[in-house]
Amino acid sequence: MDWFESGWGLSLIVFLPLVGAAFVLMLPKAQERVAKWVSLGFVLASFGLSVGVLFAFDFDVTEKFQLGTDLTWIPSIGSRFHIGIDGISLPMLVLSTFITLLAVVYSWNHWPEPHNPKAFLALILVLATGMNGTFVALDLVLFFIFFELVLLPMYFMIGIWGDRTKMRIPGFKREVETRLYASIKFFLFTLFGSVFMLLGFLALYFKSDPHTFDMLLLADMGQMGVFTGTFGAWVFAAIFLGFAVKVPMWPLHTWLPDAHTAAPTVGSVLLAAILLKLGTYGIIRISLPILPEQAQVWAPWIAILAVIAIIYGSLACLAQTDLKRLIAFSSVGHMGFVMLGISTLTDIGINAAIIGMVAHGVITGLLFFVAGSMSHRYHTREMSRLGGNMKLMPVMGGILAFTAMASLGLPGLAGFWGEFMALLGSFSPLDGLSLGVFRSAMVIGAIGTVLTAGYLLWMLQKVNLGEPSEEWSGQEFHDADGFELAAWVPLVIAILAIGVFPKIIFGATDGAVVHLVKTAFGG
Amino acid sequence: MTYLATSLLLYAEEGAEHALELSDGGLLAEWAWLIPIVPLVLMFAIVFVGKRLPQKGWELAEFSMLFVAVYGVALFVANANGGIHYEGSIEIARIGSLVLEWGWVVDGLSIMMYAVVGVVGLAVFTYAKGYMEGDIRFTWFFASFTLFAGAMLVLVSAPNLVQLIVGWELVGVASYLLIGHWWEDHENNAAAIKAFITNKVADVGLIIGVIIIGVTIGSFRFSDVLEAIANADSGLIQVAFWAGLMLFIGAMGKSAQFPFHVWLPDAMAGPTPVSSLMHAATMVTAGVYLLGRMFPLYQNELFAVDVKTIIIIVGALTLFLTGLIALVQDDIKKVLAYSTLSQLGYMTVAMGAGAYTAGLFHLFTHAFFKGLLFLAAGSVIHAVHSNNMSDMGGLRKFMPSTYWTFLIGSLALAGIFPLAGFWSKDEILDSISQDAGAGGGLVASVVLVVAIAGAFITAFYMARAVYLTFYGEYKGEGQPHESPKIMTYPLIGLAALSAVAGFANMPGIFTGFTDWVGARIIVMGDHHAEAINFLLAGAGLAAAAAGIAIGTRLWRGDRDTQAARDTFRIPVLYPLLERKYYIDDFYLRGIVNTTKGPIARAIDWSNTYVLDGVVNGVGAGAGFMAKIVYGGIDQRGIDLAINAAAAATGEAGEQLRYTTTGRVQQYAWALFAGTILLVVGFLIFN
Amino acid sequence: MIVNQFLVLAALLFSIGIYGVLIRRNAVLVLLSVELMLTAVNINFVAFGAFLQDELIAGQVFALFVIAVAAAEVGIGLAIVVLIFRNRSSANIDELDLLKW
Repeated sequence: MDWFESGWGLSLIVFLPLVGAAFVLMLPKAQERVAKWVSLGFVLASFGLSVGVLFAFDFDVTEKFQLGTDLTWIPSIGSRFHIGIDGISLPMLVLSTFITLLAVVYSWNHWPEPHNPKAFLALILVLATGMNGTFVALDLVLFFIFFELVLLPMYFMIGIWGDRTKMRIPGFKREVETRLYASIKFFLFTLFGSVFMLLGFLALYFKSDPHTFDMLLLADMGQMGVFTGTFGAWVFAAIFLGFAVKVPMWPLHTWLPDAHTAAPTVGSVLLAAILLKLGTYGIIRISLPILPEQAQVWAPWIAILAVIAIIYGSLACLAQTDLKRLIAFSSVGHMGFVMLGISTLTDIGINAAIIGMVAHGVITGLLFFVAGSMSHRYHTREMSRLGGNMKLMPVMGGILAFTAMASLGLPGLAGFWGEFMALLGSFSPLDGLSLGVFRSAMVIGAIGTVLTAGYLLWMLQKVNLGEPSEEWSGQEFHDADGFELAAWVPLVIAILAIGVFPKIIFGATDGAVVHLVKTAFGG
Repeated sequence: MTYLATSLLLYAEEGAEHALELSDGGLLAEWAWLIPIVPLVLMFAIVFVGKRLPQKGWELAEFSMLFVAVYGVALFVANANGGIHYEGSIEIARIGSLVLEWGWVVDGLSIMMYAVVGVVGLAVFTYAKGYMEGDIRFTWFFASFTLFAGAMLVLVSAPNLVQLIVGWELVGVASYLLIGHWWEDHENNAAAIKAFITNKVADVGLIIGVIIIGVTIGSFRFSDVLEAIANADSGLIQVAFWAGLMLFIGAMGKSAQFPFHVWLPDAMAGPTPVSSLMHAATMVTAGVYLLGRMFPLYQNELFAVDVKTIIIIVGALTLFLTGLIALVQDDIKKVLAYSTLSQLGYMTVAMGAGAYTAGLFHLFTHAFFKGLLFLAAGSVIHAVHSNNMSDMGGLRKFMPSTYWTFLIGSLALAGIFPLAGFWSKDEILDSISQDAGAGGGLVASVVLVVAIAGAFITAFYMARAVYLTFYGEYKGEGQPHESPKIMTYPLIGLAALSAVAGFANMPGIFTGFTDWVGARIIVMGDHHAEAINFLLAGAGLAAAAAGIAIGTRLWRGDRDTQAARDTFRIPVLYPLLERKYYIDDFYLRGIVNTTKGPIARAIDWSNTYVLDGVVNGVGAGAGFMAKIVYGGIDQRGIDLAINAAAAATGEAGEQLRYTTTGRVQQYAWALFAGTILLVVGFLIFN
Repeated sequence: MIVNQFLVLAALLFSIGIYGVLIRRNAVLVLLSVELMLTAVNINFVAFGAFLQDELIAGQVFALFVIAVAAAEVGIGLAIVVLIFRNRSSANIDELDLLKW
């Protein structure tokens, strides 16, 4: 298995979907079945290889980058094809291939208008390459390319297959279609952040000596104090801005509800489950190790923003009438917990952030799946018009209730560990950080969990419980079909498994996180 | 010998005179992890295959409770023959130096809870088969019911604080599912949500308390916490007050202490078996159990001893205020619900008075008679199809088994010798008086008076419930019938236990229970009665007897309607002698009527409008805030700025696009002119 | 060696080309004018290549490149013109404003 461990395994995981996209594009448009089977084959291969990575990965030294390679790529700027995974990126990589596989399975007979499975599948495959690549890249240029690669497919997914209802936007004269507004907002917002991120990367390149884009070398330099002072502050701010838009952190979150509401089901799922994690992952992978000193300066501010996001997101949820929009705002709150964990700069907090990312991926992914299927059945997402779903579609309602419970952080399910440990971490942040700020954050965050429970239970009451309204009486509704269950049941099992036995995640992350905290912050 | 036992021996050495021999309990304790696991696994089995079974899943639920009951009783007996201390765990995560574990603890405290949950659970599950017959979600009901019991067992078996939180919240979710079992009606859903959210608010305290302790001593294990307390860990001493207070706030939520008690009466929206199990063995006992688990933290002079004062005051307030409310309820389940609150107040008072044994003993006996009372009330409701006592009356003749068992339960609850309630209430009174003598001071003395008054109130409202329900003439519709045997047999079983459970701890005669829960093993300076205090026992008994006597006087004769009863008036002009110098009238109008009239109503009113009002107000306020935040700031503030930037860009493009004519030659001209300009510029500036 | 005469010739050719591109209306003539401009550039390449005695004869090589590219360009350009003529029965570029926003 030498070929597998010398970088081919990871490279195949990343680039097989791209090859698949090329194959799918070469097929005639009418051959839908073939396109489905080809893309399923490629994502399945990608997922299978990432399971292989689980076996090949040496869990005794999770802090080491494994199974990677380091090849000359663009010698003129010293950028190299440097890939590899450690305990932090491993769960994210597996999550990414896993969700992609489920997205393709779900898509089998759920096509948003205007149909065209060939193009849709090709976009999913390109997206998969971007997501997987971001999690294995160890070179800033490579990372940036993958990071930006996800933009395009998602833009088209929202823009072409999105919600066609017209909406009026404050500040604009004409009404526009939701999908157009949302896709452009998503694209521009992210690009806006990315520009600053790229500037930050370039600044690091020119400050480093010898000039390099290699994350590991830069981290070594950063920990020796090369990037400090005003320079460091500006670079941290620029890079952080790029990631913060993607997370999204308050107050840069406003693209998210629109994008989620407008996106087709699979788009929402991938957006929530993986794309948001690119931001938090980037902060853990790049910002913290390369600019540790600045991270400590900014940490209290990040914590404050995170807590605002938690409360703000929950309150905004309470005001929503649109099911998908509510779930979208809940992401703001949950990612607030992830950012709170990161901002503590402790092993507990960062571990919490990673398990929070994975948990949010599977839970919110599932929520969007179910919400998408429901709006497909009812042709509306207005919660005031829904009700009695448990009567009309018991299986789907049951899964929705289960997932909502997981989302509100029920212990024994995946969502609990991220929230609980983020709070645990913020009780005792890294030495030198303001105890007052972080302990207040802990209390406010804990109160946020009450609000979270509130809006989710309220949502369940409106959507699932009670008697079905007149509007739906006498109509036949098809409960969850085989493909939907095939996509959802694995997520339900994952939620349960991570909740009962969190070592599934911590077993991989802990060593790497402890190493990161020790080398970067001496903690 | 496990580490738990070692740490407990630290205490044993101080007061070695009573220290019993400890054993690890052998195989019985090693396999005790099955106790929470069997119900949880069977819960999944019921969900997935329950509907295909002959009894639609009930048999699996019943088996799980039978298993727990048998196992629990076996452990109970083994423990009575020699103290068991065993703790097992598996690591589920390791973060830096912090370890998270699943485990199970087998010691006096948890064994008592296993036995209670198992035995009461078995009775309630059996009964529920009859009660829920024909329900639209029969199978689902037993699935969530099994989850409820299993979650409680996860909580009880927890050897560390994190698992405790897990069980704690699972209990909350199961209660949400059960209270909202008939979710077609949104009132039930509202009650379920209210229970969940009220608990969740209190859970904030629990989680913060757990975090404080866990981070401070670097471990979540109870045994490590006890060891830190025994070693007077300086870090823990610093945070002990806040940790203790926060944990107590958590306990206040689950055990429905004032002012968190509002959820419990509303929780009556669930099916009656749920109320029975929730109030007897699971859920509401969790808070008392937590106080028992963390008892040394509160009892040790160096630690959270100040919190004890708060605990005893909160307990006394709960016991008194909610007892009064029970007097004006018409819904029989609500009478019992407020009575549960009042009894929980007793347990909390006991814990606050440093009476570990008394608090747990009352939990133990209360589980049997309150479980019984709810089941009997359910049997009545099943027959009458109404919760209201104004629709009942005279049921003694129609439902003899229910009547006799309800009567035994009521007398036990009222604390009538020699039934279970007498012994446990006496133990509490005795412990409070010991506390008053040992530094509890004025507060404990006042609480002692309140507790005796509470005994009076308890007897009073139970007498009222018995008379209104079973005496007089039947006022409901149709012909009530005795419930089927599957419902009456559990009643009889629980009635027997309610009668004899008190004999487990008779001060001065036989004090087995004190040993069984480890009060003498973990010598931690708690108060427990070693000899009967005739004065206090007499006072308690007298208060109860007075309550029953006055209750009988008031409600034995059958009045027309509930309204007539509550506006009971004595004619003013009556011969003085015939009215016994109006002393009775004074009691009746001055004390009784004022008590059950304005005061109780005022408290009921304040309960409904002030406390519930705060809860609703917070909800409405959150909604209002949400509108401001979303509508005002998000949509019109931040988003406006974003959209304005986009609009400006668009407008600029709108103007500039007229330069794009599409004529190739115009472009070429521009190109050429530009080149010339560049060249000229280059020549000039270079 | 003197290059002036070549440069003058190239400049003249280039100017004629620019004139044609900017003024003529017929698409074919515009294309021919573009070719004239390319030819002028080629003359310069070859002239400078010879003048500088470059060992790699880069000038001459580039001239060959330009000729190849020009051939391709004219091929596509003429094809487009033919298509436009078929669709609109006219090759007058004043009437073509398809590039307009």
